[in-house]
Amino acid sequence: MGRISPKVLPGYGLSLGFTLVYVSVLVLLPLGACVATAVGMDWAEFVAAVWTPRARAAYALSFGASLIAASISTIIGLLIAWVLVRYQFPGRRLLDSLVDLPFALPTAVAGLVFSHLYSAEGWLGQFLVPLGIEAAYSRLAIVIVLVFIGFPFVVRTVQPVIQSLDAEEEEAAALLGATRWQTFRYVLLPALVPSLITGFALAVARGLGEYGSIVFVSGNMPYKTEIAPFLIVSRLEEGGGRVVEATAIATVLLAASLSLLVVINRLEAWSRKG
Amino acid sequence: MSISVVNLTKRFGRFVALNNVSLVCPTGQLVALLGPSGSGKTTLLRIIAGLEVPDSGAVYYHDDEITQRSARDRNVGFVFQHYALFRHMTVYDNVAFGLRVRKVPERQIRERVMELLRLVRLEEKAYHYPSELSGGQKQRIALIRALAPDPKVLLLDEPFGALDAKVRAELRQWLRRFHDEFHVTSIFVTHDQEEAFEVADRVVVMNHGQIEQEGTPLEVFEHPATAFVMDFLGNVNKLPVRVEGGRALLGETGTVEVPAKVFGTAENGRIDAYIRPHELDIARTPDSSNCLTGKIVHLNPAGSVVKVRVLAEDFGLMLNVDLTPERYRTLGLKPGETVFVTPKAAKVFEPDYSI
Amino acid sequence: MADALSGQNSQRVVEHVQIARSRELGIDPLVLSGKRPLSTMGRRYTQDPLWLRIVLISLAAIVMGVLVVIPVINVFYEALRDGIVAYGRAIVGDPETRYSIVLTLTVAPLAVLCNVIFGIAAAWAVARFRFPGRTLVVTLIDVPLSVSPVVAGLAFVLLFGMQGFLGPWLRKQGIDILFTVPALILATTFVTLPYVARELIPVMEAIGPDEELAALSLGASGWQIFWRVTLPNIKWGLLYGIILCNARAMGEFGAVSVVSGRIPGETTTMPLQVEVLFQDFNSPAAFALASVLTLLAGVTLVLKGWVERHHAVTPHLTDQEGTDEQTQPTPKMSGSTVTV
Repeated sequence: MGRISPKVLPGYGLSLGFTLVYVSVLVLLPLGACVATAVGMDWAEFVAAVWTPRARAAYALSFGASLIAASISTIIGLLIAWVLVRYQFPGRRLLDSLVDLPFALPTAVAGLVFSHLYSAEGWLGQFLVPLGIEAAYSRLAIVIVLVFIGFPFVVRTVQPVIQSLDAEEEEAAALLGATRWQTFRYVLLPALVPSLITGFALAVARGLGEYGSIVFVSGNMPYKTEIAPFLIVSRLEEGGGRVVEATAIATVLLAASLSLLVVINRLEAWSRKG
Repeated sequence: MSISVVNLTKRFGRFVALNNVSLVCPTGQLVALLGPSGSGKTTLLRIIAGLEVPDSGAVYYHDDEITQRSARDRNVGFVFQHYALFRHMTVYDNVAFGLRVRKVPERQIRERVMELLRLVRLEEKAYHYPSELSGGQKQRIALIRALAPDPKVLLLDEPFGALDAKVRAELRQWLRRFHDEFHVTSIFVTHDQEEAFEVADRVVVMNHGQIEQEGTPLEVFEHPATAFVMDFLGNVNKLPVRVEGGRALLGETGTVEVPAKVFGTAENGRIDAYIRPHELDIARTPDSSNCLTGKIVHLNPAGSVVKVRVLAEDFGLMLNVDLTPERYRTLGLKPGETVFVTPKAAKVFEPDYSI
Repeated sequence: MADALSGQNSQRVVEHVQIARSRELGIDPLVLSGKRPLSTMGRRYTQDPLWLRIVLISLAAIVMGVLVVIPVINVFYEALRDGIVAYGRAIVGDPETRYSIVLTLTVAPLAVLCNVIFGIAAAWAVARFRFPGRTLVVTLIDVPLSVSPVVAGLAFVLLFGMQGFLGPWLRKQGIDILFTVPALILATTFVTLPYVARELIPVMEAIGPDEELAALSLGASGWQIFWRVTLPNIKWGLLYGIILCNARAMGEFGAVSVVSGRIPGETTTMPLQVEVLFQDFNSPAAFALASVLTLLAGVTLVLKGWVERHHAVTPHLTDQEGTDEQTQPTPKMSGSTVTV
């Protein structure tokens, strides 16, 4: 719709040519170099590099923390999106723009401040640490930071869908005798599921690759609080043969991200249709 | 169960949607709320359903005052203009919804739903989603969904408004038959006078948040109570007249008399006379002195009546005249011809002196 | 028949009166005419009970407070802990910190500039033409969003490093890229590549090619069409993309960190400098610099809000006629913010 066949408007060759060259040089070439390096390894070497106990612990942490954080983000995101769309209250606009803060705030700043907040002398840590909740330099810290980074994705995917919900469907449900809860559970929630899953997947994707903030808060202890991207960086910094090992792990992460990208594209098409 | 509303008033901001409206819908009747958009008819329907709360006034179902009762507990069937089918449920689940939330056993639900689906001949669509249905099918599903919990009252908001002309005509007749079978007290909102007259037992004409007239379709059409009703119920010629000796005469000085009863208007008063296009006749010769001379500016012989537009230059009036095809053929009219137009009937609405 | 026709006509007149009246009253004309129900808010059966509203609003406020507000306040609290003088000295007194600010303010705009040119070209190609592989191009544009910045950084190391694919050859030409400013620009450009394009593509698709085709038929050249028709139409979307792109560029950490070699005074941008200070246990200075970045994020939010208000597409009344569907959410804001 709206797109026309080439040569009606000028600039087809120039714009497409430039786009392809730009994407090739900036995206395909470097990522290709990464994949080529990994492919250059023989299989045993590759497996030895990507399946060390330390690497396995790092994947488990990266995936586990991302999934947990994305689940929490989904609940928080739904809550905030619902409140923002459905309720009028003082400070609503402020709340709405604050949702974008994690997008705009450099991750290093988030990492810095979270590592401080939850430490024993931090504003929040001073209450939590005596309760035995160590939310600095721990796995919990990673999850908290990933929730901070991930929940806006859910809010911004779910919000327009709540906005577009048909008020008459809710009225129809009430007229048919449904309670408010039944209406939410059977009429509204099913309409929100595609966007909730999309938001969840976006949060997972972002969480898997996150590095900047986690370096500050996790303590980066191998086997304990070391995420996969951090393992890549430390292997890389060791230099020499370790660079190949870093590349192998990076390829695994890259494959995971690209699969997620495909899934997300499908999900977005689905939630638009739904 | 009868429905009555008493002295309802509803405002949205400064806009008065309903202004002191009272109305009774007798048990088992099919009532049409007819009016232009913004006349308050939908608001009235939504208040009866419990979707809006009136600023003042009361709603009764039979003898129970239910003004404050929640829509959930009113047991009304409501059909939305845009169906409001649950997009994420199959047709079956849509129809079953009202029974499920009432915790009816699943076996009974099944019987009821399938019975209703058979009734509208959509059994084979039971496991389809609303998006796979045509507009007319959606409308029928919306109707049986509303009927599934066995409501005492059925309310329909512009039920055929979103359908194309042919489907609309079919569904109209279908709704009438349906109502004759079930006899649920029903109210439907429409802005289409043809639809109201064809389907309803009683017609309520609304304008500016007030009821202009109420009665059977015949009463309303034959004896419009106000100029608005006259104008709204189809094409009408509006002619300025002056009153002289109890007669309504066209224009400022003319002697052509309009056959309308005038008694409230003072001598030499100015007033409008309304004449329907079929109440004007065309002749090639001035049969009587009581006719207007005019020139045919447009002819439209396509259709069940022939539309003629005549410019009466003496009065600066453009007249719409409907002729039967037979009459048209007998006269053999052509555009540009000079003809003579006689008013056979007319109506004036005199200012209400009771105020 | 004709009765119905004239009925429609009078209907239309009534609608015009309605629209005029509704403007007067400040009510949506479609609501007044009964075409669209009153907004969800304030409708009886779409409104949750008061207690639930209070509970949910409080919960949302608490979550946002703990997750966003307290951290932001804490940044400034820690930054200003030793007083305003120490704060100022921490930012401008240290040459490396000073340099990092200058470096970020150089790298980010250059990356944004590259991606603006790319974004416009990509949007023109994708939103205006049909060609095989179009979906693939759109997906490729999205790739940097899902690739971990660390992986991106590593990829550039593999390309430009001494054992890399191009590094040795470039070395012979006397060009060093890795651990230099150009590497920072490249990495930043990679990470922020999708932002402008993803903003412009839906905007241009929503606008459609009609105006450009009209200009073409009136004899305008390609560049004339672009400067006089396309650019004015997409300017708010473009600005929005630039704001998002710039915010991400200034804050980028992972990819830049890998390719920079973290040479203080040479390749440390502001976020990297925050880490350097943090690792030196110079917490007040780290927070001081972080507060500058937070302020920049605040500026981003304000600008973003401003553009959103200006850009909010009010659907034209005439567009509504005939379509009884609900108004489409404006294509831009929905998908866009998510890309950050």
